[in-house]
Amino acid sequence: MSRTLVIGYLMLLAAGCSRRTEPAPEGAPKVVTPQAPVNDLRPPEDFAGISDRAERSRALFLEASRVFLHPRCINCHPNGDVPHQGDALQLHDPPVVRGPGDHGVVGMECQGCHQDHNLELARVPGAPKWHVAPIEMAWVGKSPRALCEQLKDPARNGGKTMQELIEHNAHDELVAWGWNPGHGREPAPGTQERFGQIFAAWVEAGAECPAEEAKP
Amino acid sequence: MKLRVNGVERELEVDPEMPLLWALRDVLGLTGTKYGCGQALCGACTVHLDGAVVRACVTPVGRAEGRAVTTIEGLSPAGDHPLQKAWCELGVPQCGFCQAGQIMTAAALLAATPKPSDAEIDRSLAGNLCRCGTYTRIRAAVKRAAGSEP
Repeated sequence: MSRTLVIGYLMLLAAGCSRRTEPAPEGAPKVVTPQAPVNDLRPPEDFAGISDRAERSRALFLEASRVFLHPRCINCHPNGDVPHQGDALQLHDPPVVRGPGDHGVVGMECQGCHQDHNLELARVPGAPKWHVAPIEMAWVGKSPRALCEQLKDPARNGGKTMQELIEHNAHDELVAWGWNPGHGREPAPGTQERFGQIFAAWVEAGAECPAEEAKP
Repeated sequence: MKLRVNGVERELEVDPEMPLLWALRDVLGLTGTKYGCGQALCGACTVHLDGAVVRACVTPVGRAEGRAVTTIEGLSPAGDHPLQKAWCELGVPQCGFCQAGQIMTAAALLAATPKPSDAEIDRSLAGNLCRCGTYTRIRAAVKRAAGSEP
């Protein structure tokens, strides 16, 4: 093999291995903060280095979206009449429907099986007020931005103010189940306390929404 | 703890986490309610708690404290609930193991919706499995009990 050919191969290899810098999508945070382990959440302090307030807010929401869009949360925020289960969002089995009040139908009401606590032996998950989120609060299939806009809309967030949302996310017992899901289920990332802190920091920073294509 | 079972006050000394099904069958001797899966997947253990359907195999007996429990034995003291009569008239059961649960769910449905449509019957009974496949006769019997043909 000639020297020229070898050099050519090396140049091609170098070009293939070089890291091309893709421009960040508009609205995506431009300051890269350390990634948390997949089952953890970064604390709000990790975002303090983002000096632009709106940009910091968008980055905080993307972190919070890792919880909102986790299967433990979206499984009961279906975009149809049937809730989901498992990590692959399979349809709930036994076959249930949301019913007129989002608590199931007669004979198949959520609380006919789900208790106010997990049942480890029977593997049935449970928490107080177990029910399906109303259809206007559907999260399945949403991008972080779409979810963000939805959460700021009282018509689609259960009629809550931002302060009420902060309290709800930080302390609600049904929300808390996401980190205590029982038998064999992967919990949502981090802790409810950390999630509440991130959500509150997002609101404090202006409750900005990330770009449509931005992902955590 | 005290609970009212089929209209009778009963006092039990049991662990509040004991499944209601255990309390009914093993402590009170009410064996009409059946054990199927133990995971709320089959409906064989269906009873009413203050009129609402619950799966007794996953309901801690403590949840029933001070409340009214109705089992298949208490649905109608004479066994002449419209559903029971329709069940007999149409010969619904095959092996029969699931039928107490089917009837208890259907009874709750008729109490809430006296004239249910086929779709409403199917949705409400979707959690009551019948390995013999008597579903068409079950639906027919519910309709007959509701005063609709067949």
